[in-house]
Amino acid sequence: MVAKFELTDASVVVIIGTGAGGGTLANELAQKGVKVVALEAGGRYLPEDYLNDEWDSFGQLAWLDARSTSGDWRVAKDFSGLPAWIVKAVGGTTTHWAGASLRFQDHEWKALTNYGPVQGANLLDWPIDGAEMAPWYDKAEEKMGVTRTGDRPGLPGNNNYKVFEKGALALGYKDVHTGRMAIQSTDAGNRIACQQTGFCFQGCKWGAKWSTAYTEIPDGEATGNLEVRERAMALKIEHDASGKVTGVLYADKDGNQVVQKARIVCVAGNTIESPRLLLNSASDMFPDGLANSSGQVGRNYMRHVTGSVYGVFDKPVKMWRGTTMAGIVQDEAGHNPERGFVGGYELETLALGLPFMAAFLDPGAWGREFTTALDSYENMAGMWIVGEDMPQETNRVTLNMDVKDQFGLPTPNVHFDDHPNDVAMRNHAYERGMAMYKAVGATRVLPTPPYPSTHNLGTNRMSENPRDGVVNKWGQTHDVPNLFVSDGSQFTTGAAENPTLTIVALAIRQADHIAREMAAGTI
Amino acid sequence: MTRRQLLSRSVALGATFVVGAGFVAAPNAAWAMETVALKPATMATLIQMARDIYPHDRIADEFYAIAVKGYDTAEAAAEIEAGIAALDAAAVGAGHPSYLGTGWERDRVDILRGMEQSAFFQKIRGGLVTGLYNQKAVWPLFGYEGESFSQGGYIERGFDDINWL
Repeated sequence: MVAKFELTDASVVVIIGTGAGGGTLANELAQKGVKVVALEAGGRYLPEDYLNDEWDSFGQLAWLDARSTSGDWRVAKDFSGLPAWIVKAVGGTTTHWAGASLRFQDHEWKALTNYGPVQGANLLDWPIDGAEMAPWYDKAEEKMGVTRTGDRPGLPGNNNYKVFEKGALALGYKDVHTGRMAIQSTDAGNRIACQQTGFCFQGCKWGAKWSTAYTEIPDGEATGNLEVRERAMALKIEHDASGKVTGVLYADKDGNQVVQKARIVCVAGNTIESPRLLLNSASDMFPDGLANSSGQVGRNYMRHVTGSVYGVFDKPVKMWRGTTMAGIVQDEAGHNPERGFVGGYELETLALGLPFMAAFLDPGAWGREFTTALDSYENMAGMWIVGEDMPQETNRVTLNMDVKDQFGLPTPNVHFDDHPNDVAMRNHAYERGMAMYKAVGATRVLPTPPYPSTHNLGTNRMSENPRDGVVNKWGQTHDVPNLFVSDGSQFTTGAAENPTLTIVALAIRQADHIAREMAAGTI
Repeated sequence: MTRRQLLSRSVALGATFVVGAGFVAAPNAAWAMETVALKPATMATLIQMARDIYPHDRIADEFYAIAVKGYDTAEAAAEIEAGIAALDAAAVGAGHPSYLGTGWERDRVDILRGMEQSAFFQKIRGGLVTGLYNQKAVWPLFGYEGESFSQGGYIERGFDDINWL
């Protein structure tokens, strides 16, 4: 029985966003008997709606509201209106994500301590650590069905993986396998095993990949405690004279602007929209934006050190067949400063279809250097680099007062400059990735620039000291006790791992905390 | 229209195209495209420009023609005619009779490099990224198989069939 709550019901928890953070939090709270209204900016799309077509799917799912970019990153030049490739739909970017589910390494929770100060970086230790998070990771892996955890076997390797594995082993890498993936390797529960269809980024039509759209959300709705309002765009969080939040002004699916009252508000709109909403919620009491006494809202934007390497061979690979990202080398993930940078990176298999390969291989390029590479599309193997980037105060989401959205609100600008550590890491990873493919006989290797960001992190970061960040170790804002942040924007540092598993683990832990404090009457 | 009829109503333009009143076609009449707002010679030059930007020797002109057909509208015509006129002027400036009359690809590419930063060039190039590569009919020429869900994915159709490693 799907719940329906009154706008005036001030007892509900309002969650903004239904992705990895918000969707998980909504279900976890609903399971504990907490009444939840989830506001989702996008519509509801389920496996039967997903499209095995890159551009059509992009049109269906991508967040395409006006955004602008600045800084020295190449995305600002090639995709100036598209800083991020993320999703506007029930389930958020868990419809699009590839499924890689890796725990942080212990040292990564304490980047400042373990790396030491890095010039130009705003490094900080998380106020939590690996021991604190271990039981929450256990729950997240169980919930998501992560392969190679518990008794779940790994996925089989596809053609792209086999090339990748052979190259990795030839270079002496040891920690090489088909990944820890939130994609079923066997039929279990309501989810069937991966059918090796490809198109993981376009929404899994089998439902083999974990997405809140068809797991957490319907599970939460079945409790009778969760109401999801689709096409409901949060515009402003309201507060009272005591500084506590009281509700959320949003535009409903018909364009009417209404206020949902709330006992607690949890912001999970991803790392660009979440700080934008806090900044757009400025008031006389909070002139710099809500929860922004530190001035850190919007700052320390991170996107991981990324890039791709494609190798061209003299025979077919057909990399698009099968699970997109079931392949990993973890040997470079540690902190080993002799390489010339702090932190580490993962190498993961990746494939794009021909239409996106044309768009992303070397944006803006033309002529035979470009087209002869595409001529060999069938003979290409591909991998993606994902490594820890440095938080920098000047990499930030700000309000672009010159460009207003359809509701008249300032749009977000995303500024990003690479840190020298990021550049050194990317170059190292390019060299290693190209060496892997050459070891298997690649006739040509292509170090491909980063795509618009899918890992968007850090703009409401977690800190022990309220001066250093926006939220405490529970994701509760330092300034407003009944306002929480529940997405990747609370990341203090990015670590080398794909962030979704950590976002989910933090959301499960946060739900436990919120329910406990509500029961105790402290929030 | 038969091949003979078509060829009887056209004149050769460069070595690559024939044009007639309101159409551009392949010299062997393998394909033909009517033009509405653009001069046929302009469309022929635009098709050659598209190929020179993204040259794939195994892709027929027809697919390039489809990729730029969207510019053949009253709305777009003035900008395209002006852009192609500038392209021809650049070719003449380099000692060639016209852009289409420039025999070697490398010479045409030199002309394009000279106007690479122009809004016209970038519009044509940007449009081709989807106009050419998102045509489902060209995907098989690259070996790309497209949609696979309706066929049950590749679990029983070769997701791991690589045999040369």
